[in-house]
Amino acid sequence: MLKLLKNLLKSPSFIIGMGLFLLTIGGALLLPFFYHVNLGLQASSYASPNGKFLLGCDHLGRDMVSMLIEGLRSSLYVGLLTGVIATTLGTALGIYGGFKGGWMDDVVNLVTNLFLVIPSFVVLILISSSLSKGRSLTLIGLIIGLTTWTWSARAVRAQAASLKSRDHIALARINGAGTFRILAFHILPYLASYVFMIFILQVASGILSEAAISMIGLGPLDTVSLGTILNDAKNQGGFGDGMWWAFMPATVIITVLVFALYIINTSMEGVFNPRLRK
Amino acid sequence: MLKQYPTARYILHRGGWYFLTFLVAVTINFFLPRLGASNPVDIIMGKAGSGLDTEAAREKEESYLKEFGLVQVDATGTILRGPDGKPLKSSNVSQFFNYVKMCFQGDFGTSFQKYPKKVTTIIAEAVPWTLALQLPTILFGWLVGNILGALAAYRRGVFDRVFFPLALLLSAVPFFAFGMLLVYVCAIRNSWLPAMGGYAGDMVPGFNLDFFKSAGAHYILPFFSIFLILAGGQAIGMRSMGIYELGTDYIKYAKWLGIKENKILLYLFRNAMLPQLTGLALSLGGMIGGALITEMIFSYPGLGMAILSAIQGQDYPMIQGCTLLVTISVLIANFTVDILIGFLDPRVKAGQMGGN
Repeated sequence: MLKLLKNLLKSPSFIIGMGLFLLTIGGALLLPFFYHVNLGLQASSYASPNGKFLLGCDHLGRDMVSMLIEGLRSSLYVGLLTGVIATTLGTALGIYGGFKGGWMDDVVNLVTNLFLVIPSFVVLILISSSLSKGRSLTLIGLIIGLTTWTWSARAVRAQAASLKSRDHIALARINGAGTFRILAFHILPYLASYVFMIFILQVASGILSEAAISMIGLGPLDTVSLGTILNDAKNQGGFGDGMWWAFMPATVIITVLVFALYIINTSMEGVFNPRLRK
Repeated sequence: MLKQYPTARYILHRGGWYFLTFLVAVTINFFLPRLGASNPVDIIMGKAGSGLDTEAAREKEESYLKEFGLVQVDATGTILRGPDGKPLKSSNVSQFFNYVKMCFQGDFGTSFQKYPKKVTTIIAEAVPWTLALQLPTILFGWLVGNILGALAAYRRGVFDRVFFPLALLLSAVPFFAFGMLLVYVCAIRNSWLPAMGGYAGDMVPGFNLDFFKSAGAHYILPFFSIFLILAGGQAIGMRSMGIYELGTDYIKYAKWLGIKENKILLYLFRNAMLPQLTGLALSLGGMIGGALITEMIFSYPGLGMAILSAIQGQDYPMIQGCTLLVTISVLIANFTVDILIGFLDPRVKAGQMGGN
């Protein structure tokens, strides 16, 4: 484990990706202490960037920098929430199903196979459009997490099944270890890096899904997110009239976030799969 | 049964599975919208129940209630009403069966927004645009991405070092972000290409040269915004597949035999292509979701726009019709890829047949 970590830290793309990601998290946590976040109406509609409003204002005259800080916080929150839900659920069901088999495995398999072909975007639209009241950021995070866990379950299941016949599992069993003990202490540690990679991808897909669903006007009603900023820019004319500050910074932040997560993932793949190294 | 015809058996087996998935999709499509606190049925019922509406509006509401089987009707088709004058709601189960029946007849009901237009009519107008945009884009993006990925894996060196981070960056850019950027740079800042719509606003669609020219010009930006990102993602997958295949014995053997590079590349491509094809099937759902949002950015007159305007107008029959159609297309595409893989890779068919 330590050696892997050392290898990871030797990979420049991992450092860049992790650095970028930690930077955005740090920004989301610390910026409110240095910058006075004010989501009130302060200026005219689409005021252009100036000394007071560094990135201008949106259609209501709200300070864009404040909106972006708030939006970044929301997006990270949704991403981490969906990542935790989807990875935990997927790992638990996948690892149990892959190791144990039985009816639960069959059910999980059936569900994952179904939802691999039914687009989760469609499911998201259907649920969100029926919740026209009280659609909060947390609720959206929950919905995304509960619609995307199948993918991680499938990935983990395959890995767990391949570990099943290892010698040390048999040894643990002879020593009288129960199923849950084996799963937690003898299988999960082997999959830890893999599960972490899944988590990273799920966080990225959570951020993207929230942005996408917000862009079509089904976003959270209780807060500002990067997706709702983009939705406003598109619907209120900022995009069509070429007010770059209305949509460009939000787009860049989402892209940087997702890009950082993706390179963390590919660099880890490179370290864990020596064949890709050269 | 069908022991002698493994191909037919394979197709039937997969077909049966997809039919089951289709049924699940219909069920989800019916029940999910009814989960919410403000579910569509209550909205229609609420409108119909209030007696303030004019006679015409009332008639319209009643036709919805009957069409979707939301209320109990007697033999003559009059709506049964409770003591307070409100229509009696029919049970969820009977609503569901009514819905399934309608789906199988290819009837998605009447649109709220564009009354009395049928949902199917509106969808039929949108689908050709979506098909024309997405089918070539996805196929072409897949092909180009894979060829570039295989090349990067095989050549490595400078080409790979430039190409790989670029592809990685492209694959990380969300569809909508890239679309917005393209519109901003190519259409708003510099008016090289038109930004919105599928053809110039003052034109009537028809088979003439001017219309095709205009449609062509409007096609370029949405095409590239989907194509580049897709190709980037596929190239990355193909690159790691290709590197894996390069380490296998048959490639080493081919190299020792002194077979020409191009030929080895062809072998490599053919073998690494199968997992990529499976990958295509698995990611189709996500791709189509992303491509629909791209359509919204460009106000392209396809399904994406239809969904967007339906959501904005709370046009539930339209939303449900579109989502079901999208799901069905993804199912059909997946089924096609499945069958294709069965033909291309004998192991898959054999795996299905043997064992068990």
